[in-house]
Amino acid sequence: MNPMPSRLPRRGPAPSPPRGSAARSGTRVTLLGPQRLQPTLSPVLESLGVEGPVATITAGWQEREPDDRELHEHLGGRSLNLMLYQRAERVFARDPELSAAHQRRQARLRELQDLYNVRLDHLMAAAYELQRRPGETELLSQARVDAIEAIRSLDAQHLQRVRDVHTEYDRRWQPDERETVIRERREVEAMVRDAPAVAVAGGHVAILLNRLRLFGLEQLAAGKVLVAWSAGAMAISERVVLFHDHPAHGMGNAEVLEVGLGFAPGIVPLPHARTRLRLEDRDRVGVFAARFAPAICVPMNEGARLDATPQGWAPAPGTEQLQTDGRVGEAGAA
Amino acid sequence: MRPPLPYALDAQLAVGQLLQGPMDAGAIDAFIAAHTFPIVEGPRVTFVYRGRADAVHLRHFIFGLPSTQPFAHAEGSDFWYLVVEIPENSRFEYKIEVVRDGHGQWMEDPLNAVKTADPFGNNSVCRTAGYVLPDWTVPDAETRTGALEELGINSRALGREVRVTLYLPARFRRTRRYPLLIVHDGPDYLHYAGLKTVLDNLIHRMDVGELVAAFLHPHNRLAEYANSPEHGRFLARELVPELEARLPLLGTAEGRCLMGASFGGVASLAAAVQYPGFFGRLLLQSGSFAFTDIGPQKRGPAFEPVVKFMNGFRASPAKVADRVFLSCGTYESLIYENRSLVPLLQATGMNVRYVESRDGHNWENWRDRSRDGLSWLLPGPLWMVYE
Repeated sequence: MNPMPSRLPRRGPAPSPPRGSAARSGTRVTLLGPQRLQPTLSPVLESLGVEGPVATITAGWQEREPDDRELHEHLGGRSLNLMLYQRAERVFARDPELSAAHQRRQARLRELQDLYNVRLDHLMAAAYELQRRPGETELLSQARVDAIEAIRSLDAQHLQRVRDVHTEYDRRWQPDERETVIRERREVEAMVRDAPAVAVAGGHVAILLNRLRLFGLEQLAAGKVLVAWSAGAMAISERVVLFHDHPAHGMGNAEVLEVGLGFAPGIVPLPHARTRLRLEDRDRVGVFAARFAPAICVPMNEGARLDATPQGWAPAPGTEQLQTDGRVGEAGAA
Repeated sequence: MRPPLPYALDAQLAVGQLLQGPMDAGAIDAFIAAHTFPIVEGPRVTFVYRGRADAVHLRHFIFGLPSTQPFAHAEGSDFWYLVVEIPENSRFEYKIEVVRDGHGQWMEDPLNAVKTADPFGNNSVCRTAGYVLPDWTVPDAETRTGALEELGINSRALGREVRVTLYLPARFRRTRRYPLLIVHDGPDYLHYAGLKTVLDNLIHRMDVGELVAAFLHPHNRLAEYANSPEHGRFLARELVPELEARLPLLGTAEGRCLMGASFGGVASLAAAVQYPGFFGRLLLQSGSFAFTDIGPQKRGPAFEPVVKFMNGFRASPAKVADRVFLSCGTYESLIYENRSLVPLLQATGMNVRYVESRDGHNWENWRDRSRDGLSWLLPGPLWMVYE
């Protein structure tokens, strides 16, 4: 492994405090590792001083959305499932025009993703090849920096294209103004009103993100504690990054999928990183970290926790981050 | 004093060291107790037989090597051995033939606990360095398992009731729509390739999408699977419509996949040719795609309709599906035919993937390659789901 170019930080800067809409709405955000095998949600809520009902979102589980008995029991019977997946299904059933528009948008996003991946494969291959090339000449170092910059530029361009698709969809179809959506939103808002916390579980990240958008998580979580894990953490971050280093097919290149909801600025959450990423491969880890810097790439394994504080992100002991030198180190130790 | 080691037998090999010492019963007992057999040392594999015999042979199923190889006898003992060179990452099946009093008997290797079964009986299995049994081929306690249901479908095309074993994935729901995988030689795939376990694991790991599989029970497979129009009609005009009426299936070409090995591969390709565009996915394993460029075929009468079909298809290839996955073992006699088919299919505009392995014409080879094929043809949401 050759170290990353010196122009890029060996470790990203300390994460910034939450900004933007999440901060404006007074939402307190905590990201957690996966909850299925080692649930920590209940003690985390306790540590945050949350009492009373917890509004839960399991829309990423799709048809299994109501199968939340374990979560409900873990929370001592105080969970209130908002059933956003089922609500979205109802909206689409009652509003065929919106449903058709939604399907067209998704088809367009899939095509966009496909085209992006064609370009990404080549850029990633070039970055890895330069990373593994022996020698430390000035030209080689510069070429490595340029290769990463090319990927960053593509990612940014792709995100803008995705943003454009959403903007056009919202402008043309105005989902917030449609009667079917308004009716469901009112019900959800009534359910959430007395809950001091909203908890977003994982599952299918694109489906979850679409439901969170449709029902306005920003408004639902305003002034509350927002805890999210796995796909939930990805959906509420700035951008959704898909990753798996050893799929059955393909290059295994992490890809930017979507514009996230922006509750977790400066963080790229990586659920199940221990099993999905080759964390011992310093070339891959280094490229991953440099590609998204200054955002911090955080492996969200079981037990991981990140709290947004006015001073920035506060990681729980043992929470790690990918470093641009290819190592995995303790988060927030910069 | 022991005789010198036979030519080419490396003294560094375990058996070479044994042969340099006294070959008494105690030494042989200790040697056998200390090793697992066959002994794999780099690219060299040592087979051992112990017992009274006039001759001992290795009978294997590796196309390209002499199918019978004689063991050497350690004089004054009942110890027989054979060292062969086999490339790394190989897996092959074999038997040992023991000749006594002019009579040869084929048997599984008594010293090798790794065996496999196929419709013709059990074989011993040799795995050379580098071969790793895929963990998704064995039951996993964390995996949610699907269900099997038996079904009978009256086929006018075939003039009989066709038995079908249906696989429904774990957490099957009627509100979902599933792709349909049709598997030729269904009972053999289930029994000898463990395809239910494979499907359970691959779906659970999200390598493969949730699917419904129809495992077909063949009747006279050499006839029905050798480009029989009746079989094709049964698949496209009877089986699929009936299953799509009964079950929540996608009902699109990309949601219909035909799978088969050997003659089952021919049956899959032939049905797709008979109904172009109806089956969007083909998974063809070690297909018996025999053809002739000139002269008669020499594989036997069962291959006559296959050769006729393949010669016709090779003369006028056409795009019949969107994606085709082929696999074949390099130790199979069919490797040439399968390799030849790849560029031909690609030239039609079909999206083709081809995978080779150092293995033979057997069910465990087809099991080991099933992830490559299924995960490409019917991919799961691995990239999208983070539980």
